[in-house]
Amino acid sequence: MSTTAIPPDRADYRLPLHRRRKLVNAIALALSLAAMAFGLVWLIWILWDTLLLGVKGLAFATFTESTPPPNAEEGGLANAIVGSLIMVTAATALATPVGILAGIYLAEYGRRGWLGQVTRFINDILLSAPSIVIGLFVYAVVVAQTRTFSGYAGVLALALIVVPVVVRTTENMLALIPDTLREAAVALGAPKWVMIMRVTLKAARAGVVTGVLLALARIAGETAPLLFTALSNQFFSLDFGQPMANLPVTIFKFAMSPFTNWQELAWAGVFLITLGVLALNILARVLFRQKN
Amino acid sequence: METASHTTSLAKERIKMDVQNLNFYYGKFQALKSITLRIPEKKVTAFIGPSGCGKSTLLRVFNRMFELYPEQRAEGEVKVDGENILTSKEDVALVRAKIGMIFQKPTPFPMSIYDNIAFGVRLFESLSRSAMDDRVEWALKKAALWNEAKDKLGQSGTSLSGGQQQRLCIARGIAVKPEIILFDEPCSALDPISTAKIEELIDELKHDYTVAIVTHNMQQAARVSDYTAYMYLGEMIEFGDTDQIFVKPARKETEDYITGRFG
Repeated sequence: MSTTAIPPDRADYRLPLHRRRKLVNAIALALSLAAMAFGLVWLIWILWDTLLLGVKGLAFATFTESTPPPNAEEGGLANAIVGSLIMVTAATALATPVGILAGIYLAEYGRRGWLGQVTRFINDILLSAPSIVIGLFVYAVVVAQTRTFSGYAGVLALALIVVPVVVRTTENMLALIPDTLREAAVALGAPKWVMIMRVTLKAARAGVVTGVLLALARIAGETAPLLFTALSNQFFSLDFGQPMANLPVTIFKFAMSPFTNWQELAWAGVFLITLGVLALNILARVLFRQKN
Repeated sequence: METASHTTSLAKERIKMDVQNLNFYYGKFQALKSITLRIPEKKVTAFIGPSGCGKSTLLRVFNRMFELYPEQRAEGEVKVDGENILTSKEDVALVRAKIGMIFQKPTPFPMSIYDNIAFGVRLFESLSRSAMDDRVEWALKKAALWNEAKDKLGQSGTSLSGGQQQRLCIARGIAVKPEIILFDEPCSALDPISTAKIEELIDELKHDYTVAIVTHNMQQAARVSDYTAYMYLGEMIEFGDTDQIFVKPARKETEDYITGRFG
């Protein structure tokens, strides 16, 4: 008989350690639940307040009328909503192709070369740069030169925030595609660009689109870069050469004001942005899940 | 080391691929040492040997797949119909269209079954819709997948089972009408029934194509191949008639590997 055999009367030798492990497990679980609750409380509180105060300021006129003077009876956010929509759309349209092309370069061509390494490093810096820095940069480069705040400057600032996000997600999503798929395409005689356009980029499509949507959600609420570039405009304007109204700066201005009608509209704006960002996030998740 | 070779029936074959003095390097590491062999046309040639012996590496030289990786380098001659593909001026894409490859894991592209097969064809031919339909059907029939796939050509290639995916990859490879097909352990991710189907298929394919197959499975080599090469540590130890290699190998190392005393 081997010396490690356990006599029958000591068969419960496992129990003490087992009990201890169960206790540790329960404590760890309780702590993580508490941490989750802590996070959720604030989130729900924010959403609840936004909903409560936002809906109060929301009316049909919010979407049809431009920002009012202080203490006016009527007025809405139409100019800010439209301004935000077109600037965010233009910035995304400008930045997405640049970002995707750079991401393709990093993942498919510049994996190891010095140019790839340098680009990746600079992109990471740009990715984590505070948005106020980008706002000031565009102020110095565009606004100070043209001597006017403008929609163009706003679009450029937002685009500069989108580019690094799209570069990063495109590269990461392409890196997830196994090399065997690349080899399979090349083995049929496909040139590299056909392999990328028709096979790897297609396989990574859901992830790349998700990245673009998340970048869009991020710039939808950015205030700092617009404060120095597009500024704001109390009138409805589609002229990119002029200062352009937008939700974040309007909210900033109105929320800080002592006027009740402005404060209510600020909350309505906050509610609309939150709703928009939430919708984009959900869309991104749904798209990404469908793929996987 | 001198390669032991049997001159019996190989002398009567027409040679499709003539490999002379081939050396291969991963960076500084030499993975193939002075490989010389002649692969006969419209026969199945199997490469066996323990892991790391260089058999997959050798296969990846045959279609210049190694060129995707800058640190990999080949020296020597790989002549296909007399033309050295390693130094020829022919575009590498055309070389690869002529020498198809099937990989260890099935690699369906993220597109429909139909488009998976049309992908390679569209690279070199602009066919009418009906001609393409015919080509797709022909390739799927050749790969013994037509009956299972004919009603779902529009479905994603990834919706097929593993064995079906591998046959889809074979159909895709055949569709571009190569002359040589390289199989790199095509059954190692498949169940026995799918494996049997692929083996049957390889047996069919040799009527029209020159086939080279790398396999870990010696029974598979014995079943499907006409000629077998035994490799060890980057060297070609023995090459010859499959029957002879398995029944009466010329070298002790080959015999040890085949009888399971080593490997």
